Amino acid sequence: MIEERFDAIVVGAGMAGNAAALTLARRGLKVLQLERGEYSGSKNVQGAILYSDMLEKLVPDFREDAPLERHLVEQRFWMMDDNSHTGLHYRSDEFNEERPNRYTIIRAQFDKWFSKKVQEAGAVVLCETTVLELLQDAYGKVIGVRTDRKNGQVGADVVVLAEGVSGLLGTRAGLRKTPDKSNVALAVKEMHFLPQETLEARFNLRGDEGAVIEAVGTISEGMTGMGFIYTNKESISLGIGCLVADFEKTGQTPYGLLEKFKQHPSVAALIAGSEVKEYAAHLIPEGGFKAIPQLYGDGWVVVGDAAQLNNAVHREGSNLAMTSGRLAAEAIFQIKSRRDPMTKENLALYKKMLDESFVMKDLKKYRDMPDLLHIQAQNFFLTYPQLVSKAMTNFLRVDGTPKREKEKTTFRSFLAARSLTGLVGDAFRLARAWR
Amino acid sequence: MSADTATRVEDKLYLNRYLVDAGRAHIKVRPHTKPSPQLLSLLNVCPAHCYELNSAGQVEIATDGCVECGTCRIIAEASGDIEWNYPRGGYGVLFKFG
Repeated sequence: MIEERFDAIVVGAGMAGNAAALTLARRGLKVLQLERGEYSGSKNVQGAILYSDMLEKLVPDFREDAPLERHLVEQRFWMMDDNSHTGLHYRSDEFNEERPNRYTIIRAQFDKWFSKKVQEAGAVVLCETTVLELLQDAYGKVIGVRTDRKNGQVGADVVVLAEGVSGLLGTRAGLRKTPDKSNVALAVKEMHFLPQETLEARFNLRGDEGAVIEAVGTISEGMTGMGFIYTNKESISLGIGCLVADFEKTGQTPYGLLEKFKQHPSVAALIAGSEVKEYAAHLIPEGGFKAIPQLYGDGWVVVGDAAQLNNAVHREGSNLAMTSGRLAAEAIFQIKSRRDPMTKENLALYKKMLDESFVMKDLKKYRDMPDLLHIQAQNFFLTYPQLVSKAMTNFLRVDGTPKREKEKTTFRSFLAARSLTGLVGDAFRLARAWR
Repeated sequence: MSADTATRVEDKLYLNRYLVDAGRAHIKVRPHTKPSPQLLSLLNVCPAHCYELNSAGQVEIATDGCVECGTCRIIAEASGDIEWNYPRGGYGVLFKFG
């Protein structure tokens, strides 16, 4: 299809791929970006929250024309049992700043905008093109890709694999393994539309203010999982995700969980009367630091979700994706400027830059969290939420029982459910994994 | 799963846009007589309910409503139960919001 050679081919047009293609093109490299969707964004699914800092490094004035939904001024964490939620609620007027830190976005629309920037920078963006395999020479060096277009082979000095969490190319070429089922979560999501005034009244928002609710508890039926509710301008992104291994083990259906979450009394009132316009599902890398594969080799680098770069504790992914894409591109540019070849040895520079960034530092900090939360799912996602709810109702209900007796009842219920060693152990393990 | 739930998934998928590549399913189930535990788990795990049991007790797939999440690949590709590919360029689910 294309006779010419490129300095770099970027496979995928999500956050990582767009960041890489934009940076490479701006640095003057000849870039081809391949995307299987009808346009960049049409296959991409996220909650979604955008972190300004990482985008500012790529498009400093993005606020001028990017399709942003709401800037976040409020965060709620809910611990839910079947009828109640206990919440931690943080809202600050300081988030109403000139350059807000976090925004909700709608990925299909945002990615279209992002792709326009990539094209303006001079990259060739080819959509509706699925890459079938990596082309390798006799020594295993990646020298290009084969697509599903007619005569679809294209050569390049380096291929940036931004193919997402389910990327096939790297795993087929044996460059990394398919993620393990205990290291990925399946999330399902619906888009609920409401009149803007209704939405703002229900969430106590003014103007472009936005709120986020993240919830754990009996909604995940004892599985490691989380529900989320994000406010857009005139819609709500609502979903729930759990580990694939847990879904397989329990036989729960994702849409069954979603329906139950929507029917919870704390949620139902927020979405009452909404019109649902889309249903999506997506995998999220959850393995953290220990699940990160080899990130570079002869003629290739892997970035974003494909590289499992996701901080499950802080629910950050797109910013790690953008940063890894940008750093991979900067490393490639430096190697290219020295007129050095794209060997494994030289591309190790990307890993070095990533290690020095917040990406690897944060993932390393929480390296023990996945093990703790995935293995102790019952305690953290079922037992504790139920106990906390019981404690709260015991504390609040005025029924003539002396307060000292009420406290004893609460304490005894914790002991009965987890034992003193269990309670102290959980607190200790959580603190150790967090530090 | 109850018929009631199955109906509701179809209602959800009805909201989505697709460009179906007729006659070219991007996921194939390996012919079998008795399904493996992995294959059976897909009946419930698949968020688009693409997998169903036929009258002979074998697992079949209809990929028209697939949302391309990759969950079945994570569970059943390694065992050889399914062959998993992305749809051809431009085909498959077309998210409006994502």
